[in-house]
Amino acid sequence: MTPDLPILIVLGAVSIASALGLLLSRNAIYAALFLVLNFGVGAVIYLVLNAPFIAVVQVSVYAGAIMVLFLFVIMLLGAERLSPGENPPGISFQRPLAIALGGVLLGLALYALFVRQPPTTATALADSSPTAIGLSLFGPYLFPFEVVSILLLVAMVGAVVLTRNR
Amino acid sequence: MDSTTFVALLSSVLFTIGVLGVLLRRSALLIFMSVELMLNAANLAFVAFAHRWVQLDGQIFVFFVMAVAAAEVAVGLALIVTIFRTKRSTNVDDLAALKG
Amino acid sequence: MALFILSPILFPLLGLLINALWGRRMSERAIGGVATLAAAAAFVVSMLMLGQLTAAEDARLTATIAPWIAAGALNVSFGFLVDRLSIVIMLIVTGIGTLIHMFSIGYMRGDERFQRYFIYLNLFLASMLTLVMADNFLVMFMGWELVGLCSYLLIGFWFKNLKNAEAGRKAFVVNRIGDVGFVLGILLIFVTFGSLSFADVFGQAEAQGETLAGAIGLITLLLFIGATGKSAQIPLFVWLPDAMAGPTPVSALIHAATMVTAGVYMMTRASALYELAPATQAIVALVGALTAFVAGTSALRQLDIKKVLAYSTVSQLGYMVAACGLGAFIAADFHLLTHAFFKAALFLAAGSVIHGIEHGMHAAHNSAPVDPQDMRYMGGLARKMPVTFAAFLLGGLALAGVPPLSGFFSKDEILLDAFKHNLPAFALLAVSSVVTAFYVGRQLTLVFAGRPRSEAAAHAVESNWLMTMPLIALTIGTVFAGLFNFPGAHPLTDWLAPVVRHGDAPKFDAPLAAVFSALAIGALAIAWFLYRNPDRAQAEAETGMGRLLAKAWCFDDAYRWAIVKPFYIISTVCAQVIDVGVIDAAVNGVGRLFHTLGNSLRSLQTGFVRNYGLVMLIGVVFVVAYFALNAR
Repeated sequence: MTPDLPILIVLGAVSIASALGLLLSRNAIYAALFLVLNFGVGAVIYLVLNAPFIAVVQVSVYAGAIMVLFLFVIMLLGAERLSPGENPPGISFQRPLAIALGGVLLGLALYALFVRQPPTTATALADSSPTAIGLSLFGPYLFPFEVVSILLLVAMVGAVVLTRNR
Repeated sequence: MDSTTFVALLSSVLFTIGVLGVLLRRSALLIFMSVELMLNAANLAFVAFAHRWVQLDGQIFVFFVMAVAAAEVAVGLALIVTIFRTKRSTNVDDLAALKG
Repeated sequence: MALFILSPILFPLLGLLINALWGRRMSERAIGGVATLAAAAAFVVSMLMLGQLTAAEDARLTATIAPWIAAGALNVSFGFLVDRLSIVIMLIVTGIGTLIHMFSIGYMRGDERFQRYFIYLNLFLASMLTLVMADNFLVMFMGWELVGLCSYLLIGFWFKNLKNAEAGRKAFVVNRIGDVGFVLGILLIFVTFGSLSFADVFGQAEAQGETLAGAIGLITLLLFIGATGKSAQIPLFVWLPDAMAGPTPVSALIHAATMVTAGVYMMTRASALYELAPATQAIVALVGALTAFVAGTSALRQLDIKKVLAYSTVSQLGYMVAACGLGAFIAADFHLLTHAFFKAALFLAAGSVIHGIEHGMHAAHNSAPVDPQDMRYMGGLARKMPVTFAAFLLGGLALAGVPPLSGFFSKDEILLDAFKHNLPAFALLAVSSVVTAFYVGRQLTLVFAGRPRSEAAAHAVESNWLMTMPLIALTIGTVFAGLFNFPGAHPLTDWLAPVVRHGDAPKFDAPLAAVFSALAIGALAIAWFLYRNPDRAQAEAETGMGRLLAKAWCFDDAYRWAIVKPFYIISTVCAQVIDVGVIDAAVNGVGRLFHTLGNSLRSLQTGFVRNYGLVMLIGVVFVVAYFALNAR
């Protein structure tokens, strides 16, 4: 029992609720907003887990940029009204099988977490300040960092090319 | 139960909800959001274990995942827009050209 | 020097190439001219070689062009050899070949595949010369197969008529049976002597003949099986009468004068081996004599002008083979030489007759079409076609063995040898000799004597000079070829003695010769007397014995019942039961299995992305399960 746990339980409950909201909502706008909520809660969990840099990036990139983009597209296309999830034509038992498989997946995770009991070690505070992360990014991870910048450039060009009016 | 285990558990629940979203929803936009949810769940696990093992690399990895997710969203949404232009729909069941 | 030795082969090949490449744009005369000139050039070169060979007794021209097969102990090269034996055959092949090329220009005029005909003819010359000039068994076999190919192509030359194509196929198949024997013989030669070159093999055989007697006996027997195919001996002679389906000049060149004597040439070449195998010799002599008898009697009842000559050829080949069996290899060669002349003359004359009758059919518009080769519709052609008649008469008399024509001398040598060494063979050969004279008389009477028995025959005219010139030349050869081994002088024997085994040199036996001459003339006279009434030929063919002879002792029927039918049944079973029921079923079954599998699996591929996602999730669950349950 660690002191953080009650906070985490509350945050986890909100997170799961917002995820379920996403799964079940009938309006794409609501779904997007549930996802924003989920991401925000995620940012708080990062803070609790001593990862302030990731928490900030989560807010700015995910909750900010990505979800704004989603909302923008939804409104642009006028596609906010959704029909509820249905079995697609094709495999008739898609929905029950998907739910069952999801259950199996969850069960496997629970088994791995509780039955196999990963070894616990004392939690020490590592230096996870933005400074340390910056040093790491521009030190040992410089090459992947540069690759990511090219990836983003390519994605940008790709998005422009794909949506260009011909 | 310590906080790491709890976050890992939360992560697996969120991931499963994301999977179900991908498999059960018909709208390409919702499917896409579910994918983002799954990525986020994975990020949570990364950070939780980085916390547990006092390693910075987990957080670095999350940073990269976010960058890739951003790129993916850019291209993915562009694709959805393009498809919508031709099909007038974001329903993936209308895109059944892969039939054998 | 190598080029000079090869040139008899190269000239026909050159003619072939010219005709094949530019023949389409050349006139018929030009095509025929090129081919004839190529043959003539080969003849001239052969004459030059003859001049070189007269220099010394053991003179030989050899050329090794390139190694062919070098594998372990087996070492064969494209080696060529011209010695006193091969030059004789080469002169026959090229000399008679040239005349027949020339004759063909007239005979084949207007044929739609004129160009192809001369290409084949030149190819035949080149192949035959390869066979003759080989210095080892394998090159000889190559030539042997090539002439077989040419024979097949030319028998079935008018393949649009199914019967001709079938005749070609029959010749091909029957010859392959003999070739199996030949190949086995060659293999055994290699196993026994470790070499295939004539010089090595015969040298070794001479040196250690006694110790290898068994192997040599088997080798000679196998080689003889090859000879029975190519030289049309019992039991494989059945293809030659059918081979008359080809153009008549081809029958003259390939199926009378040259190719069919290849077996005799081969046995003569291997005389050193045959001399060491007395048991084989006895078999060869008997088979040859029996063939001479069976084929000779079969010729008695044929109504087709060419079939008579075909059976006659088989019969005369029987004489040559019998001579080989008696050890009289030079006598065999002598008969080969004279036979080449008189049988080529006979065939060309027959071709001229057929040509004349066909011409007569066109000239007499209102006449019923008749088979231009059927002797029942001929008659009285002596006056219409005097040159042809003269050639046929002299050729026929030579064949019958009437002195002083060439056939008399050569046949007499063989009979004398048989009389001295092998009385059963002699009896058969003697009877065939009389029979020969009889069917010659029958044929001469039916074709040329009396009055024309059809409109076509009445309107027949003599062929043009392109056809009569070679006829005259061959007739001159027919008359004088006997001089090559004239009794008392025996120049051919002296010429061949250094390279060919000949036992005791045959001497002329005047009483025997006189008896057989008298018999021949008598038989001719009787035939003349009997067949002046042409209906007799028709009536005879309908008696039981006549039918048996007309069908050549029913060899064909026997083969049909004993071999072809059972084989056909086996093939049918294989094709309709085993192939359809087992092989096809297995192949189709595999196909159907995957078709069914695919059909059942294809419902999984719905085209809906979410379905694919589901399937992917199944995989993901398994992977995760593996790590969650197993991995540390």
